Amino acid sequence: MADITLAVDGTEVSVPVGATILDACRVLGKDQPTLCYLDNLTPVNVCRVCVVEVPGNRTLVPSCSRPVEEGMEVNTDSERVRHSRKMVYEFLASSVDLSLVDEETVDWMVRYGCDPDRYGPQADPVEDRDQRVAGHHHLGDGSTAETVHQPVKVDNELYIRDYSRCILCYKCVEACGEDAQNTFAIAVAGRGFDARISTEFDTGLTDSACVFCGNCIGVCPTGALMFRSEHELRLAGMWDEDDQTVTRTICSYCGVGCNLDLHVQDNRIVKVTSPMDHSVTSGHLCIKGRFGYEYVQELGDLAVTPIDQVLRRARVPDRDSSG
Amino acid sequence: MFGVGGGTCSYQEIETTDVILLWGSNAREAHPIFFHHLMKGVRNGAKLYAIDPRRTTSAMWADTWLGLEVGSDIALANTVAREIITAGLHHEDFIRHATRGFDAYAESVEPWTLQRGSEITGLPAEVIRRLAHDFAAADQAQICWTLGITEHHNATDNVLALINLALLTGHVGRYGSGLVPIRGQNNVQGGGDMGALPNRLPGFQEVEDPVSRGKFEALWGHPVPYQAGKHLSLMLEAMETGEITALYVIGENPAQSEARSDHARHLLRGLEFLVVQDILMTKTAELADVVFPAAAGWAETDGTVTSSERRVQRVRKALDPPGDARDDLAIISGLAERMGRGWGYPTAEEVWDELRSLSPNHAGMSYRRLAEEGGLQWPCYDEEHPGTLFLHGDLWDDPLPRHPAPFFSTPWAPPVDELSEDFPIRLTTGRRLDSYNTGVQSGGYSSPLRTAVALEVAPSDAHTLGVAEGETVRVVSRRGSLKAPVRFDRSLRPGLAFMSVHDPDEVDVNLLTIDAWDPKSGTAEFKATAVRIEPVG
Repeated sequence: MADITLAVDGTEVSVPVGATILDACRVLGKDQPTLCYLDNLTPVNVCRVCVVEVPGNRTLVPSCSRPVEEGMEVNTDSERVRHSRKMVYEFLASSVDLSLVDEETVDWMVRYGCDPDRYGPQADPVEDRDQRVAGHHHLGDGSTAETVHQPVKVDNELYIRDYSRCILCYKCVEACGEDAQNTFAIAVAGRGFDARISTEFDTGLTDSACVFCGNCIGVCPTGALMFRSEHELRLAGMWDEDDQTVTRTICSYCGVGCNLDLHVQDNRIVKVTSPMDHSVTSGHLCIKGRFGYEYVQELGDLAVTPIDQVLRRARVPDRDSSG
Repeated sequence: MFGVGGGTCSYQEIETTDVILLWGSNAREAHPIFFHHLMKGVRNGAKLYAIDPRRTTSAMWADTWLGLEVGSDIALANTVAREIITAGLHHEDFIRHATRGFDAYAESVEPWTLQRGSEITGLPAEVIRRLAHDFAAADQAQICWTLGITEHHNATDNVLALINLALLTGHVGRYGSGLVPIRGQNNVQGGGDMGALPNRLPGFQEVEDPVSRGKFEALWGHPVPYQAGKHLSLMLEAMETGEITALYVIGENPAQSEARSDHARHLLRGLEFLVVQDILMTKTAELADVVFPAAAGWAETDGTVTSSERRVQRVRKALDPPGDARDDLAIISGLAERMGRGWGYPTAEEVWDELRSLSPNHAGMSYRRLAEEGGLQWPCYDEEHPGTLFLHGDLWDDPLPRHPAPFFSTPWAPPVDELSEDFPIRLTTGRRLDSYNTGVQSGGYSSPLRTAVALEVAPSDAHTLGVAEGETVRVVSRRGSLKAPVRFDRSLRPGLAFMSVHDPDEVDVNLLTIDAWDPKSGTAEFKATAVRIEPVG
């Protein structure tokens, strides 16, 4: 197919038909910030941090999903683009716990001069976010920053949901749905500021359609969805990525040959991921591949390490989540 | 297939194919990431036919579910073939060019009218007709199968019946079309490729072929036994007759995984000497005279495994094995040394490089390339060879550079364990999403999905028997009996019951199963047991 030529920030670039503006930016080495975009998911265009300015368009356009056109002129760094991106980051950072986002996101926020504190101190958490229906949310008086804070949901042995960290990027919904798992256990409930990721009728995961593949954890950019093992180790102050090795191997179960990256700390597997750029898994696994590794590290009482003691807490189905 | 022991397609091909026959496979639970690829195909417009006695979670995604009688797969395949031929939808050019034995095959399926096929399989004739027409008329089509095809007394004929359909329609050797057996274990493909079969040398080369054998003898400086050995079912028979008195079991749990398991345990106990090499103290290891504690192949050692798309991939050591456990290579090398055959303690890569020197299919797969290219699909003949996306493309080359692919007549025979007045219920077995085989591995983690093994029955059967959900019943086959709670499962038709195999310590379903096995593959008929269900007083 013929290539399409466009200009990004004044530099010409040719990319194949069907490529997005983001693809063209990457060809030029001009990566754009993204939150809801991932190579293995269909873009849902919700986060708006990848927006760019294209003359002739009324609004800024999402670079992750807008196909290139011949002769298009793209501006990725205009005042309007910078301002829009800054506001998105600021609003998110003022209401959501972003302490576990990746370094790139932090770098973009610094670059755009984000100052989430200017919205005032955080408002008191509300207890009923999961019960709210459209129209429930009332505007504050402007003296405090609204918050999505709510207690961590710990309702099973394998993973937790900390929606205080959720930016509603939809990645988990897509991975649970058509883009990978086709299970549809979660969706966005509520409207406006009360929108949140929810199971049907807000049931616990064990009563929902969830099959515990953990593919939602694999795509979550903020740590809102987390291995129970990582959660417990963080609570105990023992999660130490500097002390972890990551080793690529193949799952020990069925014959599909899924690539696993074993995250190991103190000779114990503490997390399992899969490379997004591998043709077999595209980063997705099933419950056995992601969680079925305990049999190589349940070694009886003789060999229990401090890390084992914490990991054992992660094997209790339900636990008071206030800690 | 056609002399090559591997699936013909790559996973990516199912994403753009037009018709998928998912035959005897609950891939959504047993091979979930393959099912992701399959679902991409469905999303892209492929028509999915699920052929399975149970309306599984995979079948729920199908355009059409064919809930055939257990063990009637050949009847269905032969009927489909006859319909294709009768309707003139077979690929005459391909058949003439690339196959042999068509006329005899066509004659053999001639009795399989839609009406007869319908009677034997229990499927509506119109549904069989539609499958036949859709499959034959498709531009690209795949047949994917697993143990629902192979765990039968006539497993090999079941597979041949499916291969016949691909030859009949030219759905093999082209991108998007092919035959796709999805392997049940992470290295069952690699094990066979590496010669862990009684009739094969490493590289899937024939033991009984002097030329192949000669290569190994030259390198090893030692004669290689010139006769094929025994597969597992034959070994059990030889243990019964006393021909085999010592057994060395590596990473297998036959005390629980074999059909008619109490008999298998009896045979294992009767051995003079049993050595078990395993990562855990399995029920088989408990019977052993000597246990070699082994390291877990996928997380505690280096090596390779081969997937269902013939992709050889590296496994790597991420953990130190516990205690005195050593990797299989070190144990076998140590054993050789004590037997006076010191060949040193080679690394996994050194062993692999020797294999590459002997197996043309793997010659190009250096450890460096396997790492850099995310694995390679055999055949891969040299360091410049990119590996092979799909097999048997040469069936379309003109002139044909190989022997034509043969049709085989596949006569249908019902399951050995016949239903009768005393044993009126058909019990079949299988896997669940979160568990695996006898549970040695998967039992180690806490799964929120896991439920106790139960006898799953159609609700109407339970009503007939007067048993409630959760009530314990006795399940009796011609070989044994066990007690299990009843669970209702609306995916089952009346007359069909299901048990998973994952918790033999609690419910040993293989007390019931029959050890009738396929003479060609040695696989027992786990999928078809005749039972009756008795309330427990």
